[in-house]
Amino acid sequence: MATLTQPPATEEPTALGYVETRGLSKHFGDVRAVDGVDLCVMEGEFVVLLGPSGCGKTTLMRMIAGLEKPTAGEIYIAGERVDDDVPPRARGIAMVFQSYALYPHKTAFQNIAFPLEAAQVERSTLRRKVQWAAALFGLDRLLDRRPRQLSGGERQRVALARAVVRDPKVFLLDEPLSNLDAKLRAMARFELKQLQRQLGTTTIYVTHDQVEAMGLGDRIAVMDKGKIRQIGTPRDVYDNPADTFVATFLGSPPMNLVEQDEHTLVGFRPEHFLPREVFGEEPDLVTFRLRVREVEYLGSDRLAYGYLEEERRSDQPVIAAVPITITAPLAEGEVYEFAVRRRDLRFFDARTGLRKPAPR
Amino acid sequence: MSGRAAVRVAKRAALYTAAVAFTVFAVFPFYWMFLTAFKQNRDLYVGATNLQHVPWIFNDPPTLDHVRLLFFNTPYLVWVKNTALVGAAVVAITLVVAVPAGYSLARLAGRWGERLGIGIFLTYLVPPTLLFIPFARVISVLGLQNQLGALVLVYPTFTIPFCTWLMMGFFRAVPRDLEEQAMIDGYSRLAVIGKVVLPLAVPGMLTVVIFAFTLVLQEFVYALTFISQVERMTLSLGVPVALVRGDVFYWGSLMAACLITSLPIAVLYSSFIDRFIAGLTAGAVKG
Repeated sequence: MATLTQPPATEEPTALGYVETRGLSKHFGDVRAVDGVDLCVMEGEFVVLLGPSGCGKTTLMRMIAGLEKPTAGEIYIAGERVDDDVPPRARGIAMVFQSYALYPHKTAFQNIAFPLEAAQVERSTLRRKVQWAAALFGLDRLLDRRPRQLSGGERQRVALARAVVRDPKVFLLDEPLSNLDAKLRAMARFELKQLQRQLGTTTIYVTHDQVEAMGLGDRIAVMDKGKIRQIGTPRDVYDNPADTFVATFLGSPPMNLVEQDEHTLVGFRPEHFLPREVFGEEPDLVTFRLRVREVEYLGSDRLAYGYLEEERRSDQPVIAAVPITITAPLAEGEVYEFAVRRRDLRFFDARTGLRKPAPR
Repeated sequence: MSGRAAVRVAKRAALYTAAVAFTVFAVFPFYWMFLTAFKQNRDLYVGATNLQHVPWIFNDPPTLDHVRLLFFNTPYLVWVKNTALVGAAVVAITLVVAVPAGYSLARLAGRWGERLGIGIFLTYLVPPTLLFIPFARVISVLGLQNQLGALVLVYPTFTIPFCTWLMMGFFRAVPRDLEEQAMIDGYSRLAVIGKVVLPLAVPGMLTVVIFAFTLVLQEFVYALTFISQVERMTLSLGVPVALVRGDVFYWGSLMAACLITSLPIAVLYSSFIDRFIAGLTAGAVKG
């Protein structure tokens, strides 16, 4: 903590990241919505804040936007400290809300032009920029319509066009795809990713949908109870979860956790947990006997739910995701031999839930 | 199946009967005003002695006598002008106060906004019959007795609480996201209110205008207390004062005055009915 005796030097310790938070907290009464978050987003990076509802991800984003005042901590955008007195309009950010927040009394054109009007952009430039943004999202023919005359997907694109039109330093996107139906969502995800690559604008994206997070993020910050539990590339977070929360939050179905002894939980992903015969003569396997209770046919996989018939029984069911290409019989009520490669096992401290190295 | 169909028909019939009954109930006063305003006196009063007389129709040809009396033998047009003046002033004052107050209560006062709003609304429920005595004192101290200014001063005491409450509902219905979006889009809170919130609250402000004006139009107690000169009266006071002379009721002219005054209001109301309902339920149902 810097003392007050020294006036802030012109060369403040410049933040490493393009968007950075240090010890950022927000308390609502007794609730610690955000609890000491250190987040560092590099220039041009796409970072996803992922977590269950109520984990503080939206509050964190709203503080970066300037819509909530932090209880404690610092926020830097492009090297400038903004948490204290910089209002949202002066932070150089653009935000897309889950509801899209289109102005219902304005046409699509006026909606997109609204941020430019605030910046008092000259009329001809404004027209050109709006047209550029509209073309980017294929909205050319819809500019005269009002929001209520637009479909959900079109509204979402107007909101995005309004966000990009004034060339912000940072995009903040709060679950922008969650109001789209499933068919549109995959397409919109792809377009969003393309767009971000093309513009190269630093982006922070909030979602509770792990598929969106995995698909979009350069890095994912997994949040729970106001804290970032882990931050890393999608592969990193998925393959090497830092604790049991991350392990079970990511992945569908989630990672299986089995008690190994009183100090250790062992985890393995359902897709790594396959009938023994699949592995043939491979060395380094760990085998379990699984009593199958229920088999779900999901088209591409069969999910086998069951309990381990070992000395140590997990009280939670264990799930195996068996690709449809593996035709091994799976009947309800029967016991089968299943196996996991030793390198696919992850170990966690039974008390803290934190990752720990494999026991020798 | 036919049993169920019968039940459906019966339900329909009950619905329409109720609707028709209510319509008759609502329209009848207008019809009675209309009849009375244009009936000749003989037709109007003979029913008191002749029980064979049918009161719901014109038995004699209609006449304009009562309307003529109203326009040429009473200062009816002066009252209309006075009412319009007072109404316009009160509406303006109400808007200037109730719109910012409603916004503040809806957005800035936090948890206390709700309770404060209810408190403000409660003051609307204090009846004028209790308040006119202290007000009379205030008016005489200000030297406003027998002047329209007295009414302009007093009427906002009930229009503002009511309209603040109304505006609160309308502002609540404006999604918070829109304001936050506009603040991110580059505007200060004041600019956001001007460019986003107020345009979306126009139906609310229209409702306020009509409500405040109607409240002024129907107010009687304060007008009676503070205005004594016929030429300075408003409609609601002037009409009964000038057209009830001793125990003589000029029923035809009274009803003519009521009809002429209430018709524009009725038309105005019915053309904004959807917005009224939206305004009154704005807090409960999200638009």
